[in-house]
Amino acid sequence: MMYLLSLVLLIIGLYGVLVKRNLIKIAIALSITEYAIFLFFALIGYKKGGAAPILVEGVKAESFVDPIPQALVLTAIVIGLGTTALLVSIAVRIYEKYGTFDIREISKLRK
Amino acid sequence: MNPETIPTGSNILPLFVAIPLGAAFLMPLLGKLFPRLPDLLANLVCLSLLILSITTIGHPLTVYKMGGWGSASGIPVGIFMVLDGLTVLVLIIVNLIGFTSALFSVEYMGKYTDKTKYYTLFLLMIVGMNGVTLSGDLFNMYVFLEVAAIASYALVAFGTEGEELEAAFKYQVMGTIASTMIVLGIIFIYSYTGTLNMADMGKIIGASGHNRLILLVSCLFIMGFGLKAALIPFHAWLPDAHPSAPAPVSAMLSGVLIKVLGIYALLRILFNIIGMTTLLLNVLAILGVLSIMGGVLLALGQWDFKRLLAYHSISQVGYIILGAGLGTPLGILGGLFHFINHSVFKSLLFLNSGAVVYSTGTRDLKKLGGLSRKMPVTGTTSMIASMSIAGIPPFNGFFSKLIIILACIQKGRVGLAVWAAVGSVLTLASFMKVQKYAFLGEVKEPLENVKEVPFLMRLAQILLAILCLLLSLLLLPQFRGAILEPAAKALTNGLKYSGIVLGG
Amino acid sequence: MNRGMTIIVKTVARLISGLIFLFGFYIICHGHLTPGGGFAGGVVVSGGFILLFLAYGSEEAKNEIKIWRASICESLGTFFFWLTAMIGLLGGSFFFLNILPKGKPFHLLSAGIIPLCNLFIGIEVAASVFGIFIALSTLKRGDKS
Repeated sequence: MMYLLSLVLLIIGLYGVLVKRNLIKIAIALSITEYAIFLFFALIGYKKGGAAPILVEGVKAESFVDPIPQALVLTAIVIGLGTTALLVSIAVRIYEKYGTFDIREISKLRK
Repeated sequence: MNPETIPTGSNILPLFVAIPLGAAFLMPLLGKLFPRLPDLLANLVCLSLLILSITTIGHPLTVYKMGGWGSASGIPVGIFMVLDGLTVLVLIIVNLIGFTSALFSVEYMGKYTDKTKYYTLFLLMIVGMNGVTLSGDLFNMYVFLEVAAIASYALVAFGTEGEELEAAFKYQVMGTIASTMIVLGIIFIYSYTGTLNMADMGKIIGASGHNRLILLVSCLFIMGFGLKAALIPFHAWLPDAHPSAPAPVSAMLSGVLIKVLGIYALLRILFNIIGMTTLLLNVLAILGVLSIMGGVLLALGQWDFKRLLAYHSISQVGYIILGAGLGTPLGILGGLFHFINHSVFKSLLFLNSGAVVYSTGTRDLKKLGGLSRKMPVTGTTSMIASMSIAGIPPFNGFFSKLIIILACIQKGRVGLAVWAAVGSVLTLASFMKVQKYAFLGEVKEPLENVKEVPFLMRLAQILLAILCLLLSLLLLPQFRGAILEPAAKALTNGLKYSGIVLGG
Repeated sequence: MNRGMTIIVKTVARLISGLIFLFGFYIICHGHLTPGGGFAGGVVVSGGFILLFLAYGSEEAKNEIKIWRASICESLGTFFFWLTAMIGLLGGSFFFLNILPKGKPFHLLSAGIIPLCNLFIGIEVAASVFGIFIALSTLKRGDKS
């Protein structure tokens, strides 16, 4: 049931990338797509009644939820941050050159 | 954990990642102080990496455990780096093309704004590619793949003209969607096997066989890595991204990046972790043939030099995938040989186009003419490269394409062999057009003052051209046994990879 | 954007930013004991810088916080991180080896080189996120930065 949220986010993100015409909206939608996948990843490690995977005195290691997806999602979020930063800075430079964010206008390569 | 004693010879593995990483982090600090330092440092680093990779020829299979974390009660918990025959081959190619592109960039990038940042991104791209090649852990491979990909997005946008920015944006959006699909595949395979170590994964999947989840994962990986490798129907970003990048970056992108990030990762995962079935082999072979024909047909109508080369990249990558998709040892050998050859001659062609742009300022074939009289080195090397890519003996392209066609016939799929041969003929036609319009013929009016390019750029081109000839010798039994056969064996070993890595 | 906000916002931002830096530094230092670590702590610290930048406006803040300092901090952070990783390799053992003494678990000074790594990564992430923010917000037409 929880995975449904991830699917909804993924569809929203993909819809945004394919349909929207504004560069910044495409960048935001791309981020949403990535985060949907990360959410899915973190949810996979869940164990019913599991504890947070932090070593505190008194909590046994066997009752942890899976810590590997959490570490991987952390890494992937940082990668996503770098990608989004680069995408937005390219979009800003495009705005300087063409004066618009609309992708129908910035099609010099078609000629 | 107590540090285990390291087996001799495996210390070399992390150096491939550590040396360029350190240089890339050092460069922004020192680049402002000494103006000539970035060139020197980057070229030194690339040269040392090349020498290191050549010394790995003939190494036995080596496993390096990062941080000394080995196995705990039989389950590998650390991040491994693995060196086997295929890794050696790819490492040599990556570092060779990296070195020649770095040589070329010394003069060429003088026309752009910031050399320090350029070399930082360039070295980061090399870090990423070396990391993908050496990685023995699936998520580690993904992290390095992203490092290389992000560096390449920034490099494509380097000139900050309108066209380049637009191409970089499109490339980045499509590349990120590909990475998303790859992560989804990693998620499913992790949840199925419970481990991220590639050898361990192979063992578990080999024991339990294929089911629909593995099929879904293979599908996701083919889509994701196929987009990075620019197979048809995932090729739409390549004709915009590769011409817009500066020439040495295009050489790296077309020559190694699409191959390491796309083909190497795909083949490693499909052959060694998931294990090949006839269905997957057929899919690969069909995608290969589609790419061969699609690439050449789309290239026939092009008048922009670099865009034409980019379309031909799609076609040649199709040959490699076709060779691998046959599944026979001869086919894989042919595919890997073409891997090497295509890197060398495609990089040479892109460096030639860079030299043409440096001297004349244009990429349009209709405006060029008679350049071989003004630029003899560029003209000769481009003739050599064109004959290689078209498959004319005695250059290397002929032999690798011949092996692939023979392997098709040997397996009984004569139809595929016919398509491959037709693609080769059309490639020949396309490059005869390039030669005729750009290099032979009369010198046009505005090009009267064109001179040959500076020394280092000529050196890089000559190095690659000599290799085009020498690589045909790779088929001789001594060299074949040293380089090509261990690589092909690493793939045909299939699921035995896991036993070899974990046992050693 | 250029002139900054009212005097109330400026005073409150000055007071709060110290707390933000402290909190971010706490997250970085305790990375091996509690969730967080270098990345999350670095982003919080850069949030403190961004708050000051927004409250005072780009004109005044540019005199205090120079861009090249952020760039140097970022490069230094990654370089020292690489050095800590290389110490293991140069000493004849593995890459990323955990060489410093590992104290008792759950104490602050334990777990070898991990707190050091967290520290350098925290500096680097803070500098780079802040650098990205400055670059994107103060870019004028025709300015290549």
